[in-house]
Amino acid sequence: MTVLTPHTRADAPHHDQTNYVAIWGVLCALLGISIVGPMFGVRLLTLVTAFGIAIVKAYIVCAYFMHLKIEKKWVAYILGFMLALMLVFFGGTAPDVLERDGQQWRKTYVEPATLGGER
Amino acid sequence: MTSRPIATTRSVMGVPTGRLAVWWVLASEIVLFGGLLGSYVMLRLRHDAWADQSANTSTWAGGFNTLVLLTSSLLAVLAHQAAERGDGQKAARLLRYTILGGGVFLMVKALEWTHEIQAGFTITSNLFWSFYYMVAGLHAAHVVAGMVMMFIVSLTAARNEELHRVENVGIYWHFVDVVWIFLFPLLYIAK
Repeated sequence: MTVLTPHTRADAPHHDQTNYVAIWGVLCALLGISIVGPMFGVRLLTLVTAFGIAIVKAYIVCAYFMHLKIEKKWVAYILGFMLALMLVFFGGTAPDVLERDGQQWRKTYVEPATLGGER
Repeated sequence: MTSRPIATTRSVMGVPTGRLAVWWVLASEIVLFGGLLGSYVMLRLRHDAWADQSANTSTWAGGFNTLVLLTSSLLAVLAHQAAERGDGQKAARLLRYTILGGGVFLMVKALEWTHEIQAGFTITSNLFWSFYYMVAGLHAAHVVAGMVMMFIVSLTAARNEELHRVENVGIYWHFVDVVWIFLFPLLYIAK
């Protein structure tokens, strides 16, 4: 156990010189791309610009603003484990939700027609 | 002799107890929002008709709110930087600007919801709108909680006391920002 003085940190980070405004500028540029990209109406481009860039933006905020880059490694492991649990939840339930037919059940609900046709 | 909270003076495994508590809170929040977003993605993939519903959300309002939250995150990390330099007054001022950012976010959200409800899209309209109001509402509640906590922290920071709390509340605020970064494409862009 370490005893800290009121205004010091145990792991003494050295991120005081980080140019946070530049990082914010990068995040804003990525936001612009994520808005403009889907306007072309190309499905793959939408996926990459909207969701791919969301992952990059989230990484930048976590690494630099939340300082996970210099935080103790096991903190990232805890958060990563929680994300992995979500993947288990998704993988375990998605097949039931996404399947249109099953061996033990019959779907009686009729999907409404979409305005833009089948996507 | 005055006593200090244990979160201020003790460090377990190299992370101060107060900050460690924030990380554990966020770990539980990942499961909360992750479960909701995972369910949303599953149903969104399954039901093509949801795309027609999401076409009624305003991309520009969502984009503007993303910009507001990113900017407020910048202010929160600058407050942390000021706190590390021992400048509590500057940290408190920057935290109040961050609160202002949260206020702008909520105001835009309120205008957006008013417009959508007036157009007939309510929480009971269908499953898409149920998810929309549920997830965005839960996120907005986290924004409000963050604003209240930042205000309390700014009061002590202004007196140059308990400056470690500036970082702790900042970490929470950045998480709220990260959640919105994923909500934005899911609710506003995937149409």
